[in-house]
Amino acid sequence: MTPLGLFQIVLYFALILAAAKPMGAFMANVFEGKRTFLHPALRWLETLTYRVCGVREDAEQRWTEYTASLLSFSVFGFLLTYLLQRAQAMLPWNPQGLGAVSPDLSFNTAVSFVTNTNWQAYSGESTMSYLVQMAALTVQNFASAAAGIAIAIALVRGFARQEQKTIGNFWVDVTRATVYVLLPLSFVAALVFCSQGVVQNLSPYTSAVTVEGAKQAIAQGPVASQEAIKELGTNGGGFFNANSSHPFENPTPFTNLFQMFLIFLIPGGLTYTFGRMVKDTRQGWAIFAAFSVMFLAGVFVLYHFEQSGNPILGNLGIERHATAAQAGGNMEGKEVRFGIANSALFATITTDASCGAVNSMHDSFTPIAGLVPLFNIMTGEVIFGGVGAGLYGILLYCIIAVFIAGLMVGRTPEYLGKKIEQKEVKMAMLAIIATAASILVFAGISLAANFAEKGYWNAPGAAIANLNNNGPHGFAEMLYAYVSATGNNGSAFAGINANTPWFNLTLGLAMLIGRFLFLIPLLAAAGSLAAKKRLPVTAGTFPTHGPLFVGLLVGTVVIVGALTFFPALSLGPVVEHFLMNSGRLWS
Amino acid sequence: MWRQILPGLRIKLFMTLALGIGYPLLVTGVSQIAFPYRANGSLIQRADGSVIGSALIGQNFARPEYFQPRPSAAGNDGYDPTSSSGSNYGPTNKKLVDRVKASVDKFRKENPDFTGPIPADLVTASASGLDPHISPASARAQAARVAKARGIPATAVETMIAQAVESPDFGILGEPRVNVLALNLALDRAYPAHR
Repeated sequence: MTPLGLFQIVLYFALILAAAKPMGAFMANVFEGKRTFLHPALRWLETLTYRVCGVREDAEQRWTEYTASLLSFSVFGFLLTYLLQRAQAMLPWNPQGLGAVSPDLSFNTAVSFVTNTNWQAYSGESTMSYLVQMAALTVQNFASAAAGIAIAIALVRGFARQEQKTIGNFWVDVTRATVYVLLPLSFVAALVFCSQGVVQNLSPYTSAVTVEGAKQAIAQGPVASQEAIKELGTNGGGFFNANSSHPFENPTPFTNLFQMFLIFLIPGGLTYTFGRMVKDTRQGWAIFAAFSVMFLAGVFVLYHFEQSGNPILGNLGIERHATAAQAGGNMEGKEVRFGIANSALFATITTDASCGAVNSMHDSFTPIAGLVPLFNIMTGEVIFGGVGAGLYGILLYCIIAVFIAGLMVGRTPEYLGKKIEQKEVKMAMLAIIATAASILVFAGISLAANFAEKGYWNAPGAAIANLNNNGPHGFAEMLYAYVSATGNNGSAFAGINANTPWFNLTLGLAMLIGRFLFLIPLLAAAGSLAAKKRLPVTAGTFPTHGPLFVGLLVGTVVIVGALTFFPALSLGPVVEHFLMNSGRLWS
Repeated sequence: MWRQILPGLRIKLFMTLALGIGYPLLVTGVSQIAFPYRANGSLIQRADGSVIGSALIGQNFARPEYFQPRPSAAGNDGYDPTSSSGSNYGPTNKKLVDRVKASVDKFRKENPDFTGPIPADLVTASASGLDPHISPASARAQAARVAKARGIPATAVETMIAQAVESPDFGILGEPRVNVLALNLALDRAYPAHR
């Protein structure tokens, strides 16, 4: 680890810390319907949306209605995204003349972009027309992010309100999230990216003749407008296959820092929004502290192991130590401009948040460094987390943490003055078990599943024939796919060929389970919480804003994550680490 | 319940128009006026207007008189911007070790004057397969070969490298680096007699 590398990590964290309060206070005002400095410029767009969509701004919804609206929003989002891909060959803005996307891939991609996963079984530059990138994928980048924020706000209202039947209005929350938060920030960010070299045009690919006389077709497209919301909405689906490692998506270390900043900007801010809405900002900072502990631990572990590099390559006469003129370490799958430090930082951030953008190839990480992204997603992405998803995920862990604490002292648990009873704990456990089961069951089946070679379901034959690596690394590749899909992350150990009907279908189902079997129990809990009375604080109340609670919360996240997945992690990265150090290779 | 569901279709269509057409076109319009060079791919052109490549995208160089880029997994021949990709080889994959070994052997053979440990970036594939940069150390490791192939003094090449090194952004962000295409074009301009 180099001093400059460490400094950049600290600098990044300082920026996120500094932005949390202003961003959070702004979002609290937006969702409480107060006027902000953006209202003079954008209020017309908000009211226009309500008029066009037939929404009454002052109408409130019960949790069941809120959920129905969310599902309707998602179903129509899915349908349009699916249809646009199937029809792209007949539609304009397709200068490369790309053909219709196959039905199974269109299903997978539509689910992926509706669930804020943005898992991509395709290469953007050779599969999706500009129209699909804009009107289908960019739109869902906004929509799925806005839905995530809305749900988090609804859950917060569950804690903030008492003896009420409603938890807000889904359409109003989605509209406000889009109009005042996502759209203006994306517009500014897109122009910043353009000014640095991210492309934004509708031209066909440029044909170049290189210095040595070879032909090179340079892919183009409306990239910057998608790049901005890709990070800000923790979506993570790249315009190009190589995602944020592609020089046209992320050309400089400055754009890299800006992208990382955008990823944590809303999740960090929402902790403060939460504190403001429950009228005790210390509660928000406690969650921010728990996030920070887990985030920094992950970064430093990952950075250490990537900088140490691969001993097998070191034996070939390659420099493994960083010097002033080169980065050393494990540079396979990394860009020179980012080096080791910024690749490690980005990989941690993108898997802490449910972003999934990558600026280095996680598949080529050394084993323990590759374990960190896996583990981050396995926690349910509650380390800052996705926009909205991080906050509602950690609140679920808060419910479990106070439940465990309550069991230890023999008192009915409370959180923010709300009694945590059977229903809330059941809903929280349902969410955790559904996602863990999705990961382990689907990955287990795929590791064993056999298919006819050249058949419909998986042309290469057995599902493990789609892996790019063998041995424990191949196991980790398969595990990562279902972890990423279920966690709605979207990053990958990208060597796996996941564009076959079997993988498109099962990964699509995993994404649906990970999104909706997590969300719906939470909204149910929000409904039941909102109806409860708030209890007064007494000497016996367990304070949920101090270091003791932060420790308990981190412990709950780590233990629930680690115990559930420890066997799987042992069979993959852990065993690979020891075998790598003893020089073992797989052909 | 229908009152809660119907707005889904209407808001989806409205968002498709506003966010899927309006917003990207607005960004396109503003960026085409404000940053036309960058918004169109930072293209480098010859005097006759034909395109050599992009300042941001790497390209293959194999001749000894040019600095060579990193190995690339983009497309069959490398540096294909229509199929950007890393190798996605894990650390215990024999194909990775074999490929790196081949790169190391080739480099040693072509650069007999360089005897130190090879910089890691020079024999590993980048994440995008389009990495336009190599580290300053990787450029210096090739300096003797380039000088010999061009019949110019090694110090002249060293000077060109020093001029081509880009420092970390604002002195603190990212890594020092050398843009291979820019350096090779600068070499051709400074010593055009060759070829």
